[in-house]
Amino acid sequence: MNSRYLRYELLRTVRNRRFFFLSLGFPLALYFLIAESAKSVHRLAGTGLSAPTYFMVGLISFGTMGAMLSCGVRIAAERAVGWNRQLRISPLTTRAYFRAKLITAYLMAILSIAALYAAGLSLGVSMPLHDWVQMTLLILVCLVPFAALGIVMGHMLMPESIGPAMGGSVALFAFLGGSWFPLSSHGVLNDVGQLLPSYWLVQSAHVSLGAHPMGTKGWIVIAVWTAVLVVLARSAYRRDTGRV
Amino acid sequence: MTAIEASGLRKSYGDVHAVRGIDISIAAGETVALLGPNGAGKSTTIDMLLGLADPDSGEVSVFGGPPTAAVDAGFVGAMLQTGALIRDLSVRELVSMVASLYPSPLPVDEALELTGMSALADHRTQKLSGGETQRVRFAVAIVANPKLLVLDEPTVAMDVEGRRSFWATMRSLASEGRTILFATHYLEEADAYADRAILMAHGRIVADGPTNEIKAKVGTRTIRATLPDADLDALRLLPGVSSAERRGEAIALSCADSDAAIRALLAEHSQARDIEIVAAGLEQAFLELTGDGAHSEPSAVPPAEAVT
Repeated sequence: MNSRYLRYELLRTVRNRRFFFLSLGFPLALYFLIAESAKSVHRLAGTGLSAPTYFMVGLISFGTMGAMLSCGVRIAAERAVGWNRQLRISPLTTRAYFRAKLITAYLMAILSIAALYAAGLSLGVSMPLHDWVQMTLLILVCLVPFAALGIVMGHMLMPESIGPAMGGSVALFAFLGGSWFPLSSHGVLNDVGQLLPSYWLVQSAHVSLGAHPMGTKGWIVIAVWTAVLVVLARSAYRRDTGRV
Repeated sequence: MTAIEASGLRKSYGDVHAVRGIDISIAAGETVALLGPNGAGKSTTIDMLLGLADPDSGEVSVFGGPPTAAVDAGFVGAMLQTGALIRDLSVRELVSMVASLYPSPLPVDEALELTGMSALADHRTQKLSGGETQRVRFAVAIVANPKLLVLDEPTVAMDVEGRRSFWATMRSLASEGRTILFATHYLEEADAYADRAILMAHGRIVADGPTNEIKAKVGTRTIRATLPDADLDALRLLPGVSSAERRGEAIALSCADSDAAIRALLAEHSQARDIEIVAAGLEQAFLELTGDGAHSEPSAVPPAEAVT
């Protein structure tokens, strides 16, 4: 991997101040807004989790889904100015191009996670270190399908349309996955929710209860979404570059 | 050694036959202009030569292999027709970013110097003017230190000073033995800076040769006059005339040297009247070379419906 190329890619992301601070700050502000008032709720609606813990992971899911999909925004912006064609006539491989985009997206997601962990600690969230680590790893794995979705959107949409598409997708995944409030333990919403990767993203909070929150079903959902979206991303890229 | 070898290239986009079967062979070290009006198929041809588009049929090789192999090896630098710059980097950072992708790039400062961007090296790319953006795109193409430099209508957004320094840089790059292919619709640019011009129209190559020959072919003027009983064969032999045709009572002489031709014409046919001398635009010249000229020539006779 060409580290100089990646370094400039990261530099561009940080220099885009409005994007950078909004995508970190927005979930943080929402977290304080929602969780501060519910600080004393120790068992939130049958989840077994304290409100600050549940909403910390809920807002992490919201922020990190946005961080992953924003890789599509960067791809669409580069396509719009013809920069991806310029890169395609350089020795940069397609693989390295996407790797840089994914590393950037993941670093944004990790920053978002770190900011919300700090906010959670300030509201009294606590769990053993290995639970923090396990939860973080689960979150990062559950974000894989969203990385692929970002690439699909980046190669299918223009910069004018990707904003609403991204905002809408994140809102929908967050709503149906339980980012804003715990889904009831049965019923249609729960059945639908369990088929979404965002649901399992939020479920990763349950490691603090000593459970294995993913289960076979969770792994299957994440794997299927990843597989389907990777196939779509590949075909979107091929169609976009005229290599059908 | 051959830099570019293409045979039987065809490419359609839907119903648009952008390129309809062309053969190109360019030796290493040549500077070649790809000349043609808008819509002639120049950009599509360049896309295929660079591996950005796959031809529907035909073969391309660049330095003896597929275009993508030459690109991956870092042999190719290109400035595409459309394109802007990504934002949030300084000019120097952007050129360094691109330089980092190539195995043996030019020093970034040298690329900036050659394109006249040294003074603006620390400016953010989104704050540049159109002409400055073109220069940076040129810097991006040459920082690759390419064996083959491909430029698609490079001077379009440049101001006069930008063009002057651009072509000076191109001259020095060519003198280092690089192969250069540039697309343009300015005959003057092809004439001044290329050894050879390939003329395209309607997706075909209509002429390919040394630029002075091409210039003689398309740099023509047409003399029109009313001259009822002139002998076309005799007219064709007049000095400066390359072809003659009759349209009713009028004659049209295509001239490589219209000054000589008009003197000779009047000396022999003082009765010629309604004389017009018009420069054939490049577009018109192309159409005539492809044999489509007769259809697009404005007719002296009103359409049949209007007469009856």
